Amino acid sequence: MNPAELVAIPYTWVLALSAVLFAIGTVGVLLRRNGIAIFLSLEIMLNSANLAFAAFAFRFAAGHSTAAAALNGQIFIFFVIAVAAAEAAVGLALFIALYRLKETIDVDRVNILRW
Amino acid sequence: MLGSLWLIPVLCLAGAVVNLGLGIGRARKDLITFVGVGSVGAAMVIAFVGLWQYLHQPIPVIVERYFTWISAGAFTIDASLQLDPLSAVMVAFVTFVGFLIHVYSIGYMHDETDAGYARYFAYLNLFMFSMLLLVLGSNLPVLFVGWEGVGLCSYLLIGYYYEKDWCAAAGKKAFIVNRIGDLGFLLAIFATFAVFGTAEFTEIFPTAASHPAQYATAATIIGLLLFVGAIGKSAQIPLYVWLPDAMAGPTPVSALIHAATMVTAGVYMVARCNVLFRLSPTAMLVVAIVGGVTAIFAATIGLVQNDIKKVLAYSTVSQLGYMFLGAGVGAFIAAIFHVVMHAFFKACLFLGSGSVIHACGGEQDMRKMGGLKRYMPTTYWTFLVATLAIAGIPIFAGFFSKDEILAKAFAAGAGDLNGFGSLYYVLWFLALAGALLTAFYMFRVVYLTFFGEFRGGEEAEHHLHESPRSMTMPLVVLGVLSIFGGFVGFPGQLFHKTGWNIIEHFLHPVILPIGVDTHVIAAEVPHAEHAVSFGMEWLLVGLSVGIALLGIGLAYRFYRGPNAFERPRKLAEHLPFFYKLLFDKYWMDEIYDALIIKPIHWFCIFCWRVIDVLIIDTIFVNGTAFVVELTGDLLRFLQTGNVRNYALSVALGILALAVILW
Repeated sequence: MNPAELVAIPYTWVLALSAVLFAIGTVGVLLRRNGIAIFLSLEIMLNSANLAFAAFAFRFAAGHSTAAAALNGQIFIFFVIAVAAAEAAVGLALFIALYRLKETIDVDRVNILRW
Repeated sequence: MLGSLWLIPVLCLAGAVVNLGLGIGRARKDLITFVGVGSVGAAMVIAFVGLWQYLHQPIPVIVERYFTWISAGAFTIDASLQLDPLSAVMVAFVTFVGFLIHVYSIGYMHDETDAGYARYFAYLNLFMFSMLLLVLGSNLPVLFVGWEGVGLCSYLLIGYYYEKDWCAAAGKKAFIVNRIGDLGFLLAIFATFAVFGTAEFTEIFPTAASHPAQYATAATIIGLLLFVGAIGKSAQIPLYVWLPDAMAGPTPVSALIHAATMVTAGVYMVARCNVLFRLSPTAMLVVAIVGGVTAIFAATIGLVQNDIKKVLAYSTVSQLGYMFLGAGVGAFIAAIFHVVMHAFFKACLFLGSGSVIHACGGEQDMRKMGGLKRYMPTTYWTFLVATLAIAGIPIFAGFFSKDEILAKAFAAGAGDLNGFGSLYYVLWFLALAGALLTAFYMFRVVYLTFFGEFRGGEEAEHHLHESPRSMTMPLVVLGVLSIFGGFVGFPGQLFHKTGWNIIEHFLHPVILPIGVDTHVIAAEVPHAEHAVSFGMEWLLVGLSVGIALLGIGLAYRFYRGPNAFERPRKLAEHLPFFYKLLFDKYWMDEIYDALIIKPIHWFCIFCWRVIDVLIIDTIFVNGTAFVVELTGDLLRFLQTGNVRNYALSVALGILALAVILW
């Protein structure tokens, strides 16, 4: 099927969605106190970036015939997913350790590392 | 031997190195003596063989290049030695007098420990090496290495008895005062490179001599800077203060370094650079004035000193003044002639005084001597001969050389040299007055030391004895030279004879003709016209002999004849201020202390307390730490420990970045 025949969603719409997701994620990180919730917000931010990568990959692949050019942006998404997975493993382990120690994962109550 | 000039200094260096090793290895004295005296003796033999060959071949200047010492682009300095008439004369008397004094030291230093004895000979050999390098060097940097080397050895030997504070202090004083002069010398070397692009004597002087007008200004600057160096090394006003203190060293050292050789290095250097000086009337006048004033100034101090070595020290300063006066009136050959004659009679005097001090058990105060003539006849006779020589009594060595300088000074006045005729007359008169004082203070020493009754107490009188052979032999040799040495500079013009003045004839090629391209013409140039008539010359000779006899007569009346000692005491009581002035050496040390040393001391304290402790330590070093600590103290409150604060900072940071990059 020829991609040109499809009525594609304009990539700016996708970018707009990405920006909205990013903003939601940021607000979540700033406002939530539950560590897991902050973590989830962070995942939303990362995935909004992935969405932006996908949009740009679609935009700049147009006119390029080689597969490499089309895949440039998309490959980054896999890197981000890999980093996010590693981060999730470490982060969840930290929260478990924190819970064992303090019996809470409310970040406002974990503030002894200060002046 | 020609072709291996380097052997002469290097043998002495080898002696120094071996003796240092022997000192560490605690070798016995006879081995140290063999190395120390033998190396200088061998150097002397080689030097005289070389000179013999030199006199029998036609090339007037031999330059031997060994290796390139410094090379940077077009700028090169070779390690090279030069033999010409001037360095030939210097090498001959330096090795000869040096050897005699080494022999003398065997007896004089015999009571030292083995290690001290080795150290002494090592230093003395090192000195010979440096001095020979100084007189043989074919360019200013090589000369300068020797110049600094003799300064170092002077310091080491003055401070030989370093466990005594005042000896160590005297060594330091000599070294530091010499640094002031050396700065001038260094600047002169730099200036020479800047102007001529080379420091080789055989290149600078012919160039300068053949273009007198072009190099006149440069010659004035370089000449005056060189003379600053000479003032330091040869103890002239205002840097003479180190030489009297240098008497803290062993007496043979005073004889070798502080009378015969090292202190004449300045005169040698001025004579070596005579072309530059002659191009500059100003430099010549300065040399003459400093020399003439020093000659009489030091002589007046010598009048009233009681320490036998101090009198000889001031006498040396005064005689060096005569040499510079000679150089300053253009009589460079007469100056070098006086250097050599002075080396003979002053070395003889110092070694004689050493013999006396040795006999008196280390006593140097002449008030505690007297009547030594009976106990030590050899010392007495040689001392007397040398005294007659320095006083300027005819046929003795000093008569010819000093009289020639006086005659040339008078001729400079009569001939209106460079238009400063009247000034030169004044300097001649000062020098003549200095000759009177010289005769007086030297015979004062003779009368106080060798005549009358012994005043050192019975205990000391028992120990009086003539010195051993190794000490009297050099005295006799130097005594004989003090009598007959002067004939090499016999003033033939007084008898309408030419060619009698051997030394003048020999050294004549050193004085390059000005304004003639000497690269092309090496032929004889006509002598300058005599400004003084024949009768006048004889009158001058008579005058200086009369002056010398007058000085001796006065000394006799003061210290020998009836009512001796009454007269000087009464005179001192009549003129208490003048006596005190001279006795306290014009308070020069005190004046320098107040005007120079104290302000420098205060400045150093200022640098320490204000610049170092306050500004650098407190403000810069501790201040930096204080500011960092203060900043940290304030900024640490940003570290709330709350994760959401940090997240907010990051978010705001990104926002700010986005706004900025927009």
